[in-house]
Amino acid sequence: MIKTADAVVIGGGIIGCSTAYNLAKMGLKKVVLIEEKYIASGATGRCGAGMRMQWGTEPNAVLARDSVAMYETLEEELEYDDSIELKQEGYLLLAYNEKMVEQFHKNLGLQHKLGIPSRWVTPEEIKELVPHINLQGLHGATFCPKDGHCNPFKATDAYAQAAKRLGVEILTYTRVTKLLKEGDKISGVETTKGTILSPLVISCAGAYTRELGRMVGVELPIYPERHQILVTEPVEKLQGPMVMSFYHGIYCQQVPHGGFIMGLGDPNEVKDYNIKSSWQFMHEMAAKITFILPILKNLRVVRQWSGLYDLTPDKTQILGAIPEVPGFFVAAGFSGRGFMIAPVVGKLMAEVMLGQEPEYPIDMYGVKRFESGQLYVEPSVV
Amino acid sequence: MSGCGCKTKDNKDVNIICRCEDITLEEIRAYIYDKGITDLEQLRRLLRVGMGPCQGRTCTPLIVREIAAATKEPVSDVPLTTFRPPTTPVKLGVLAGGDDND
Ligand SMILES: Cc1cc2nc3c(=O)[nH]c(=O)nc-3n(C[C@H](O)[C@H](O)[C@H](O)COP(=O)(O)OP(=O)(O)OC[C@H]3O[C@@H](n4cnc5c(N)ncnc54)[C@H](O)[C@@H]3O)c2cc1C
Repeated sequence: MIKTADAVVIGGGIIGCSTAYNLAKMGLKKVVLIEEKYIASGATGRCGAGMRMQWGTEPNAVLARDSVAMYETLEEELEYDDSIELKQEGYLLLAYNEKMVEQFHKNLGLQHKLGIPSRWVTPEEIKELVPHINLQGLHGATFCPKDGHCNPFKATDAYAQAAKRLGVEILTYTRVTKLLKEGDKISGVETTKGTILSPLVISCAGAYTRELGRMVGVELPIYPERHQILVTEPVEKLQGPMVMSFYHGIYCQQVPHGGFIMGLGDPNEVKDYNIKSSWQFMHEMAAKITFILPILKNLRVVRQWSGLYDLTPDKTQILGAIPEVPGFFVAAGFSGRGFMIAPVVGKLMAEVMLGQEPEYPIDMYGVKRFESGQLYVEPSVV
Repeated sequence: MSGCGCKTKDNKDVNIICRCEDITLEEIRAYIYDKGITDLEQLRRLLRVGMGPCQGRTCTPLIVREIAAATKEPVSDVPLTTFRPPTTPVKLGVLAGGDDND
């Protein structure tokens, strides 16, 4: 069966759903979104779903700042009849040595220039924000009260439902097996359920975007890396802010439902598509978190899982057109922050695909930066 | 489906399907029939059924029956969800290798 579309969006994570919604909202009639499994089955449904404006490079800080503002009114914008469970009680980024203190002050300088309400907090102030924290070794922290969290399944569902209402066709359990070209130009996709001809195709397939690029002879510097995470039984509210330590490579927050969600970045992780869970993770996570937040030792872990980061060499996303293949676009390489910047990214991608001037200059996110060496190395990643 | 004897405020019978998360049969049917979501994985994630301490031991078979009835497929054709460790909830303090004191 051959169908035609005005645009094909590959990937039913938060980025694909946000992009498809924005394309339809801007007037595109036939938008088809293709998802190999179910909506939010990839990194989106596996993520910590934290959102913070406290980044160390301007491009990331701006995208996060404006996306958090959009999350604040997302339910109204998308006319969602449910709640995305937004919580804004801040992120506390812990500094354990002088080098971190210095880097954090540099980050604060940048954030203040951009109007982000972050601040330095002393150990005494940390104790007020998170009374159960262990201050041992702590020099201080930075805190931004507007940072927070929301439910990734609900936020993605909100975009998917709104997109459907605007006429977007969502095909789940359908895999893109081939990208089609006519001359240099993209002309459509082949899927496990038939061919769809389209002059515009965007890959929002997370780490698998590398494989999709290869289908049209483009080598994108995107590397899959497993990240593990766990959740405890729900308990009464104990903790407002997300607690994050780059020193330990961990983050931990209590979500509105009551469970604590925590994850760990392992510097020795192999760069492949493995997403099996490991016991080592549980033990290491438990050891680190019960050092930083000792009262959590009585909480029971109910579930662990893992998902893929889509890393780039400078840990900054690749957004925009692929110059060698007109009509082919990419939004991937989010390096652990795709959820929190999805509202703005979806809008930018729709603008670029429809040939409009994007709200922000996005050339700096282009894939050509890896040739020119104009990188934005993000220092603040777990 | 056997009733649990629970009542709503206006005295209607409700059937609690997921005891950990307090989700009723009526809520599950609303997602299946009104929103058209017949995917067990997606229902779990949107409603949290099967995500509590018992990890779906009680509710999963009941929900699978509901999905099968809605899609008119045999129960055996409803794809099951991934089972995730641990098998029983374990305290962080125990995993960390410390004392298990309440
Ligand atoms: C453990 C963990 C914790 C994280 N914590 C955070 C956090 O706190 N905050 C934050 O902002 N970000 C976080 N992230 C990152 C975030 O999850 C991602 O950046 C974000 O979800 C990206 O969404 P996406 O739509 O690009 O990708 P995905 O959600 O991965 O969606 C891509 C989709 O494409 C589909 N697909 C792939 N190939 C094909 C194909 N050939 N045909 C059809 N479909 C295909 C996949 O099935 C998948 O559903 C975390 C990630 C992990 C793994």
